[in-house]
Amino acid sequence: MQQGPEERTILQDVPWPDEPPVMAPGQTFGSVTDTIADAVLTRPIGLGWLFGLFVGMTLLGVLMAAVTYLFLVGVGIWGIEVPVAWGFAIINFVWWIGIGHAGTLISAILLLLKQTWRNSINRFAEAMTLFAVACAGMFPLLHMGRPWLAYWMFPYPSSMGVWPQFRSPLVWDVFAVSTYATISAVFWYVGLVPDLATMREKAKHPLTRKIYGLLGMGWRGSARHWKNYEALYILLAGIATPLVLSVHTVVSFDFAVAIMPGWHTTIFPPYFVAGAIYSGFAMVLVLAIPIRKYYHLEGMITMRHLQNSAKIMLATGLIVAYGYAFEAFIAFYSGSTYERFMMENRWFGQYAFFYWMLILCNILIPQVLWFPKVRAKTGWLFLISLVILVGMWLERFVIIVTSLSRDYLPSSWGHYTPTRWDYAVFFGTIGLFTTAMFIFIRIMPAISIFEMRTLLPEAEVETK
Amino acid sequence: MSHAQLAPPIYGLLAEFDTATDLVYATKAAYAAGYRKMDAYSPFPIEEASEAVGFHKSRVPLIVLLGGILGGASGYGLQYWINCISYPLNIGGKPYQSWPAFIVPTFELTILFAGLCGVFGMFALNGLPMPHHPLFNVDRFSLVTRDKFFLCVEAADPKFDMEDTERFMQSLEPVSISEVPH
Repeated sequence: MQQGPEERTILQDVPWPDEPPVMAPGQTFGSVTDTIADAVLTRPIGLGWLFGLFVGMTLLGVLMAAVTYLFLVGVGIWGIEVPVAWGFAIINFVWWIGIGHAGTLISAILLLLKQTWRNSINRFAEAMTLFAVACAGMFPLLHMGRPWLAYWMFPYPSSMGVWPQFRSPLVWDVFAVSTYATISAVFWYVGLVPDLATMREKAKHPLTRKIYGLLGMGWRGSARHWKNYEALYILLAGIATPLVLSVHTVVSFDFAVAIMPGWHTTIFPPYFVAGAIYSGFAMVLVLAIPIRKYYHLEGMITMRHLQNSAKIMLATGLIVAYGYAFEAFIAFYSGSTYERFMMENRWFGQYAFFYWMLILCNILIPQVLWFPKVRAKTGWLFLISLVILVGMWLERFVIIVTSLSRDYLPSSWGHYTPTRWDYAVFFGTIGLFTTAMFIFIRIMPAISIFEMRTLLPEAEVETK
Repeated sequence: MSHAQLAPPIYGLLAEFDTATDLVYATKAAYAAGYRKMDAYSPFPIEEASEAVGFHKSRVPLIVLLGGILGGASGYGLQYWINCISYPLNIGGKPYQSWPAFIVPTFELTILFAGLCGVFGMFALNGLPMPHHPLFNVDRFSLVTRDKFFLCVEAADPKFDMEDTERFMQSLEPVSISEVPH
């Protein structure tokens, strides 16, 4: 957003002379507008895009089939069984919603911190949030067994006279996730309105003009409108910041409020939030690296963005590592036999392989990000991001499955094996996410045009 | 002017500028010359421009605050009413009004109401959606969503006079001046 030189803070991301810039030199208001809008309006549909959409829609088809069968037969087609009743559905829920968090962090928290480099990645990061939350939100519904009764979770005056149990973290989750989805959607839309007006004016086809015109609400860039707009934008960022921190905190309460060994711990909220941002930035890089290359947006999503994201991953990854270390420490320090057994079981039990893979993916491999040479290579960043995404998925797997399969009573111990339907739904949501992202970058400006204009030196009002 | 009571034949006069700086100084000059019914138009937010048209304080923050208070109060009120009045239920011996547990939905509803009130309030204050506006009758005005800056002095301004105002706007050295038909 707009800011004068006197507002520079110590947090300001000012590049050193030999560091890559936030925007390639030589851009003007017009060239920024054209580069971003033409990627949607005039660029022909390419084979690469079609192939990506094809892969996404194939997996989406798998999701539709898997969900149809699930509705016909019930959750018995999944591998969940007492004692491990949570399984893939909750692992995927936590994983997806965590990925969404980076979008809000970029759009809201970095805005408040005046990190203007965010202006070229916030739009698609917010879209990523929306689609990730859509994928996440599906899992608790599917997991309910009778998803058509999902409205029972909301407090409404029903003829049965009963209400949701407000002392349960699962009900808190309903409020946290639905508020998060709503606020993310309006934040994204409000940010889009001035750009939709740009698209309206640039579109050639009358129907396209009409659609963008309707969505753009007749935005005309009035100074009075901008003033109200900016006031709202900064306030939305201000309320989205505690919101995003609350969402993964509440998700962690689903575990921490329960008394399972390995779950009942106060480290969960901060470590869940850090893990969420960690995986979210990994997803941002997984999306940004191909998008900038394919759409030739290297001048706007520069190496600086990728390197800054890598540094954030490094920092949040260390917080997550601290979380793992403290979990282990407390398990022994607590003096509780059950907690100690939980930890030993994670290390050497039937799921030990996944625990050590998680340590490898989330802690050991990402340490190579300390090297500036690695941060300067998009290929490496892409690979490490994928590794982190796998690691964060494994983290949720380990937390859920090891604790549930080995609780207090050996008589209730069990084993969890996911079925092909578990995998079908999981990869199906990846298909839903991919499809939505591919359609989004084809029909909406993937970079915020008006915020990019404010980054240009000409946007400053000089004193005459 | 003999036909002062009639509706003005045009919406206003529109001057085009190339830079944000020119726009802000032109707007300041127009304000100093006594024009009030006018607006500056730009492709991105310019803080100085809203100051120059004399729009100093947005009411959006107040709406967000009221929305937040309403959301928080109704969130807690809902849980209180459900648990203490409508259907009191003993859950594990906990008090009916388990306020620490009620904080989470209260907080979420505070955010939800504040955000939604802010968004609807912002659009309402701006009079949007308004897909048709006299300014869109000027072809050049479409560049306001790209790289040009405009100042429109509206004919509804008491000080507006076709010749005087046009002469005044010429003195601001705009790229061009056009009449905005209704």
